Amino acid sequence: MFLLFPLAALAQGYAGLGGNADGFTAPTPGYQFQFPQDHGPHPDYRIEWWYLTANLKGEDGRDYGIQWTLFRSALRPSEEDGWQSPQLWLGHAAVTMPDAHYFAERLSRGGIGQAGVTAQPFEAWIDEWQMKADPDINALRLTANGAEFSYDLSLDAVGPLVFHGEDGYSVKSADGQASYYYSQPGYQVEGVLHLPQGDVAVAGQGWLDREWSSQPLAADQSGWDWFSLSFDDGQKLMAFRLRGDRGDYTSATWIDANGVGTALPDGAVSFTPLETQIVADRNVPVHWRVVLPDRELDVEVSALTPKSWMGTRFAYWEGPVFVSGSHSGQGYLEMTGY
Amino acid sequence: MTGPVVQALLSHWRRHWLQLATLLIGIALATGLWSAVQAINSEARSSYARANAQLSVGQLDEIRDPTGYISLSRYVDLRRSGWQVAAVLEGPVRIGDRTLRLMGVDMVAYPALPAMTQLEQSDTPPEPSEILTAPGRLLISPDLIDLFDGRDDLPPILVSSALPPEFILTDIGVAERLLNRSGQISRLVVLPDQPGSLPPLSEIAPELERQSPTSQIDTAQLTDSFHLNLSAFGLLSFAVGLFIVHGTVGLAFAQRRGMIRTLRALGVSMRRLVWITLAELIMFALIGGILGLVIGHLIAAALLPDVAVTLRGLYGAPVDGQLALRPLWIVSGLAMALGGTLLASGHALWRLSRMPLLASPGLQAWGGQTNARRLSALSGLALIIGGLIVFFSAKGLIAGFVMLAGILTGTALLLPAILSVLLAKFVRRAKGPVTQWVWADMRAQLPGLSLALMALLLALAANIGVGTMVSSFRLTFIGWLDQRLTSELYVTASDNEQADQIIDWLAPQVDAVLPIRSIELAHETGPLFLYGIIDDDTYRQNWPLIASNPNVWDSVLKGGAVLINEQLARRENLWPGDSLMLAPRHTLEIAGVYSDYGNPTGQAIVSMAMLDLVAPGAASRRFGIRLSPDRATEMAQTLRDRFDLPNSSVVHQAAMKKQSLAIFEKTFVITSALNVLTLGVAGFAILTSLLTLWTQRLPQIAPVWSLGMTRSRLAQLELLRSILLAALTACLALPLGLILAWILLSVINVQAFGWQLPMHLFPADWIRLFLLTLLAAAVAAVLPAWRLRRIPPADLLRVFANER
Amino acid sequence: MLLTIDRVQKAYPGGRPVLQDVSLSLDMGETLALTGESGSGKSTLLNLAAALDGFDGGEIVLDGVALSSLNDPGRAELRRQKVSLVFQQFNLIPSLTVDQNLSFHARLAGNCDSDWISHLAQRLGLGDLLERYPESLSGGQQQRVAIGRAMAAKPKLLLADEPTGNLDETASSVVLDLMFSLVADTGAALLLVTHSQDIAARLDRRAHLANGRIT
Repeated sequence: MFLLFPLAALAQGYAGLGGNADGFTAPTPGYQFQFPQDHGPHPDYRIEWWYLTANLKGEDGRDYGIQWTLFRSALRPSEEDGWQSPQLWLGHAAVTMPDAHYFAERLSRGGIGQAGVTAQPFEAWIDEWQMKADPDINALRLTANGAEFSYDLSLDAVGPLVFHGEDGYSVKSADGQASYYYSQPGYQVEGVLHLPQGDVAVAGQGWLDREWSSQPLAADQSGWDWFSLSFDDGQKLMAFRLRGDRGDYTSATWIDANGVGTALPDGAVSFTPLETQIVADRNVPVHWRVVLPDRELDVEVSALTPKSWMGTRFAYWEGPVFVSGSHSGQGYLEMTGY
Repeated sequence: MTGPVVQALLSHWRRHWLQLATLLIGIALATGLWSAVQAINSEARSSYARANAQLSVGQLDEIRDPTGYISLSRYVDLRRSGWQVAAVLEGPVRIGDRTLRLMGVDMVAYPALPAMTQLEQSDTPPEPSEILTAPGRLLISPDLIDLFDGRDDLPPILVSSALPPEFILTDIGVAERLLNRSGQISRLVVLPDQPGSLPPLSEIAPELERQSPTSQIDTAQLTDSFHLNLSAFGLLSFAVGLFIVHGTVGLAFAQRRGMIRTLRALGVSMRRLVWITLAELIMFALIGGILGLVIGHLIAAALLPDVAVTLRGLYGAPVDGQLALRPLWIVSGLAMALGGTLLASGHALWRLSRMPLLASPGLQAWGGQTNARRLSALSGLALIIGGLIVFFSAKGLIAGFVMLAGILTGTALLLPAILSVLLAKFVRRAKGPVTQWVWADMRAQLPGLSLALMALLLALAANIGVGTMVSSFRLTFIGWLDQRLTSELYVTASDNEQADQIIDWLAPQVDAVLPIRSIELAHETGPLFLYGIIDDDTYRQNWPLIASNPNVWDSVLKGGAVLINEQLARRENLWPGDSLMLAPRHTLEIAGVYSDYGNPTGQAIVSMAMLDLVAPGAASRRFGIRLSPDRATEMAQTLRDRFDLPNSSVVHQAAMKKQSLAIFEKTFVITSALNVLTLGVAGFAILTSLLTLWTQRLPQIAPVWSLGMTRSRLAQLELLRSILLAALTACLALPLGLILAWILLSVINVQAFGWQLPMHLFPADWIRLFLLTLLAAAVAAVLPAWRLRRIPPADLLRVFANER
Repeated sequence: MLLTIDRVQKAYPGGRPVLQDVSLSLDMGETLALTGESGSGKSTLLNLAAALDGFDGGEIVLDGVALSSLNDPGRAELRRQKVSLVFQQFNLIPSLTVDQNLSFHARLAGNCDSDWISHLAQRLGLGDLLERYPESLSGGQQQRVAIGRAMAAKPKLLLADEPTGNLDETASSVVLDLMFSLVADTGAALLLVTHSQDIAARLDRRAHLANGRIT
């Protein structure tokens, strides 16, 4: 459990992680992304993730959501072969449906080949879970395996990568904490979910987030609410709110139907919890109002199920949501620090 | 009303403080020895539990390579096909002058180790980077702190009380460096949570074997026989202690009959008296119990270091030498004291409650004892037969102990009847009136003394039996050492390369160099140590074979056959002519069985070529050197100088034997200590019985005195009588002890350790024990005899007096 | 004189006097009853005469031996050889059979005459009881054994302390008759302590003890 200390600290806004004292590199504005290299890991940054969520419809007509995440957490800004590698890897996978939420977790270290990411050809893996290029990141094969579920999905990207913030330099607080952050928000997904009830063929939309940093939160920030919404008209919104004692810090990217992103500054989007529910002994908002006056967006966002709790070593809420109001659609919501 | 009654009853003890002391000492001794054994057992068990808890041994399945270690790539293969397993690399590591067990666990895959959890919950939890990256951390139990003091060459330590003694826990990355076994894994622990679908092991790694917990030998199981042994001793001591309590309480109640009669006449109900007496007994039990716990703690603390040595030497089971005070131990000790006291006084209390208001104290009604004696003898016979039936219908260690218990207690119950018959014979044969009276009087005293004599019988039989076993074992062991340790020098090089250099250098200068190479296999029969040998007369001439085919050595050395040790042979019932599968595709005929008293695990010997074939990778750092003995010392020094070897790496045969014998002797320290203590308690039981009988003695002695015998003569006879009874009991104890020894050697040893030992007889030991017994009996009788010698005639005359 | 008691004094350990200047004598074959209240010191005097206990002043001479000159072994020797005792109770050795009890004193004294002992057993009516242990006998039977044992050693002096004190009237008279007839037959002297005037009347002489003095 102690191994997840860096990650847990991230989730809880641990102050001591800020700064570059340990020799980690900090993100700077004006970074030139290089692909495919930047799809691979950045060991000199403290924390990094490959984060895929998808809203799916089953052949049975029911709604499903899946999550596949690989976290990298570095104890030191270097990589070594063998057991004493300072790179730790953590996998989270989940399947969510209206009446159930299954999740699994994997933990490994780098250096021995049990988990890792390669850029060319692209492959991210931990144990038998895989996110593998077929042949490049625009076409992926995704597998995960838990005690109650497994899935095998293929993903095809429609549209370009989207860079958040200032060309991928995403600021997280008024003090300037930032990360590199880009997404592929437009995957077409199809495949099979293996569930206790039986196999279900599914199809739908997926969204991949790539983010790495060394100084993710400001000292006063206690958690975040992160939305990735895809509207029926083809437009998309990534928006998050970092909750802090000194007030919230928000950031968003509006993505038009052609996949062109526009960054929106702090305060452009407003988030209002409408209803909370007790989930895992915590009060978690599962029904939101999200307003973006710039784009005449005023929607309510509600969870497919409040049960989407990731009871992993550090716990958070992550699940599919539906959008109604000025725009309708679906998406994913992640909430930490509750 | 209760107040004055209590006061009256307690006043008895003020006048009989010696009796009170005896009672308390009896309870304390019974509780003390029992608690000491329990403290030792629970300390040892807690050490095993801590060792097992480190990786839930006994609960989780394991995956091993039967021929050796698992490679890192195999581990990754398994993980990448979904198997949730944690890698463990373990082995012995030399720190300073001690060899410790090092266990390296993949702390990322198995972070829930008890010691880690304890550290994380401490005030200063370690940083993950400290544990997982170089130099890493070594987790040790507090007893090792000093050993690591100032060792800057080793990773820093973290201390956790959840760890077993003599044990280092660390991350596998640190372990592979310290053990110099890069890329090797000893075993994989199959974690409890596995994904829903997994490819079978045979598809991914067909050479690996999955073992369920039952086929793993767990330390607690291995050492069960040892603890059963200790418990049996503890129970014996407890029983002997209760004899004392029984005697004292019986006497006190008898002496208070008059007072109780008076109290009843004054209107105190029997019910109230019984309750008050019961409360009084409970109070004494608790006081004696607390005393006993103090004694028990002291004894256990004194014996524990030796027990730790025994368990380590015999089973490789590490035990902490430090004694912890456990609340459960205190509670159970007091409960034993209470239960034991009530058990021992139940009879007296029952008789008290049934006492008629008007009853006159009479002579010791000893003719009425005939029925009791007959009953006791019959139950004794039943117990012996029952024990035999249990053993022959359900073999095994427990059945062996049941038979032992049946024979011991059965014979003890038969003792009064046997003595009575013998003494009656002596009475008839006696010539002089005094002799006749002495025998007759001894017979009359039997009912009062029989419990003490039973205690003596048990203590003596245990002494003879256990002593014979230990001495037989020692003789056999010494002979075996002579056969096994034939090389003049034993060398341990720092690594395989250095060993090769030394052997090359030595070859032209000595008679022979005998490599000692072994590897632990995870065999279907449990852990199996496979040794390789080269052809040398040393083996052909000296090896202690207990069963063999013709041409045994030729067939082994040609590679077609295997030798196995006695433990394995008896456990699996494998004998020459049978075959043994060492690994898939390597099944060899068993050509011989050899005796082996080092440890209870299985062992097999094949030719060196076969060892490399079956299990490549056995270290070749150790070897023996044959050369003319007068060159040994010089050669040892040359080797140390030339190859920069520490003293402990070049060992003389004699030093090796001495070490082995020292471990052997330590092994039985606790046994002899308990032996002596049991005998001491039995002696004390005789003393209390004699003191108890004291008041009943006067009516027996006064008439004889009045007829013309001096008090000093009577006192001498009193002493003689105690000695004679002890001597008679000792004579009966001898055959019983030999039966016990035989059962221990031929039944219990085979079940517990897997070896059968020849029985040797040690008459000199018996004579010493016999004299010791006489001395104990004499000492026990000194006080009553002295009192008799000094008794005023008026006291004797009071026996006849009207006012009695 | 067989027994001469001359101004004997005896005190309890606390200093309270039991016997003060008591003098008494008994000739061979003579019988003497010693009477007195409970606690008058009559049992003590008998014990002194039997060399069972020492005295503080005066002298007792038994068959020519001055008791004050004897040490413990000497007194034991005297008890073996010269006197026999019958007490009120607990006379017998519980661990020995009637037969063994009967002959015990005589064998101890080294003058065991088995014909005489079988004669005694027959005369005392103990023929059927020989193999039994004292505890299984009635009080009267026990006292008959005690008398038998006492006479078996052919003592010169028989000392009896309330021999019938624990017996009913019938048993009592049987025991006394047997004792008197045996004493008469063997010519032994008898010193009998009793509180009964009736019994005392059957003896040659009587002496009365009160507060430690002969009156």
